[in-house]
Amino acid sequence: MSEFLSLQEAVSRHISNGDTVCMEGFTHLIPFAAGHEIIRQGKRDLTLIRMTPDLVYDQMIGAGCAKKLIFSWGGNPGVGSLHRLRDAVEKGWPNKLEILEHSHAAMACAYEAGAAGLPLAVMRGYIGSDLPKVNDQIKFIECPFTGERLAAVPAIRPDVGVIHAQRADRKGNVLVEGIIGVQKEVVLAAKRSIVTVEEIVDDLGAGVNACVIPSWAITAIVEAPRGASPSYALGYYDRDNAFYKEWDTIARDRDTFAAWLDDNVFEKGAA
Amino acid sequence: MSLEFTSSEMMSVTAARALNNSMTCFVGIGVPSEAANLARLTHAPDVTLIYESGTLQTKPDVLPLSIGDGELCESALTTVSVPEMFRYWLQGGHISVGFLGTAQIDRYANLNTTLIGDYREPKVRLPGGGGAPEIATNAKEVFVTVKHSKRTFVKDVDFVTTVGFGRDGKARDNVPNIGQGPTIVITDLCILKPDPKTKELVVTSLHPSVTRKDVIDATGWGIRFADDIKTTPEPTAKELKVLRDLKARTHTHHAGQQ
Repeated sequence: MSEFLSLQEAVSRHISNGDTVCMEGFTHLIPFAAGHEIIRQGKRDLTLIRMTPDLVYDQMIGAGCAKKLIFSWGGNPGVGSLHRLRDAVEKGWPNKLEILEHSHAAMACAYEAGAAGLPLAVMRGYIGSDLPKVNDQIKFIECPFTGERLAAVPAIRPDVGVIHAQRADRKGNVLVEGIIGVQKEVVLAAKRSIVTVEEIVDDLGAGVNACVIPSWAITAIVEAPRGASPSYALGYYDRDNAFYKEWDTIARDRDTFAAWLDDNVFEKGAA
Repeated sequence: MSLEFTSSEMMSVTAARALNNSMTCFVGIGVPSEAANLARLTHAPDVTLIYESGTLQTKPDVLPLSIGDGELCESALTTVSVPEMFRYWLQGGHISVGFLGTAQIDRYANLNTTLIGDYREPKVRLPGGGGAPEIATNAKEVFVTVKHSKRTFVKDVDFVTTVGFGRDGKARDNVPNIGQGPTIVITDLCILKPDPKTKELVVTSLHPSVTRKDVIDATGWGIRFADDIKTTPEPTAKELKVLRDLKARTHTHHAGQQ
């Protein structure tokens, strides 16, 4: 059974320095509140995995939490670069960041394989791409039935999976709605999982085929209203596209970024 | 009567015209998304648009800033998980056209969205592959739209993120179960198509008032022109109005959100 915890307790108890952590949300339901708590607790040397690093990882990388990033698309969607990520990759600030990059299809398959308890994912991918030359985690295998050459990548099995969702009921069952990305796969692939939710309710109001993650498959549940902002939670609030554009200016400069972090993360305690 | 339009508008309208009602299009963000929705709002109301966030058959009223804006989900027929999107719908063979943008493209239509310079010492780090590497091989064909300049149109891309026809034009030869690759490249100056034999991109149509020299000056290799080169038809008043309204709605929407 999942345990209801405060954000501070959940992060402190379940995320340790050096862990491999996946914080997912495919542009939707991105666990920003949890990311900020990880920054506040000064976690270090994390291997961060995420398909689309987005602003939350830009902030965590700029704050010095990460030693390695595994990803498939590292930008500010529709706006441009992630400047903190680029500063870390290009200039080693605030510390050197090792990167390993995949395609979306490979990461999606790797999460699914992790959830399925398999060691690898097999897909028709990476044909003609240079990515296998720079990522030794991409291999090719021959189908034992047809002889077709297929790509293989290792399953993602993180220490901790962190997602945001719309709501949990009082037993800790969680409903995810809208763009569900790889939310369910991350929770099932991880050794431990933290799910932050907009609210805790008596009845999830889920349809019969809804994406519901049972309480007994989750480690910790945290009530964190607006916990995905400036991304969005369908049915609760919209994506703050204006902030995504502003981030470009904030993150471009190290001092502006540090000041933003002080004002918006360190001086604000966990909810 | 001749209408006034910008080269960007010419590019979007021409890209939109490449789509038709019978297509199922996997849409990239940026100009592809603008063109695909322009097509849907003009001559191809029944074109099926799919975004990698899992939104199937979506009809956004404003262009999404990200690939997963709520608008895409709320206006979709249904929304599936990202593994399902890539495995069943793309790899499963349900996508007729992958519509992509890029940072660099070379003479064999290979696309680079990874970095400029050397991989270990990049001059400019770009976002990376995203969905493109598998869209380019699992869709039945690929349309590319990108602005024309010497920085973008290079002889050989610094990094093949997404294969067109490979470094030698032969990367797709004898590979089973993949699509035919890029069939058209639409820029703000012209339309290019791969030579049927060599797969090298050749200019097949020049946009109105664009000269051969304009294209030569904006291309990083000795670009060839088709023997029967055409002039791309101008945008119509309706296409321009729909495009401008769409962009104005989009601008207001994204600026106003707090």
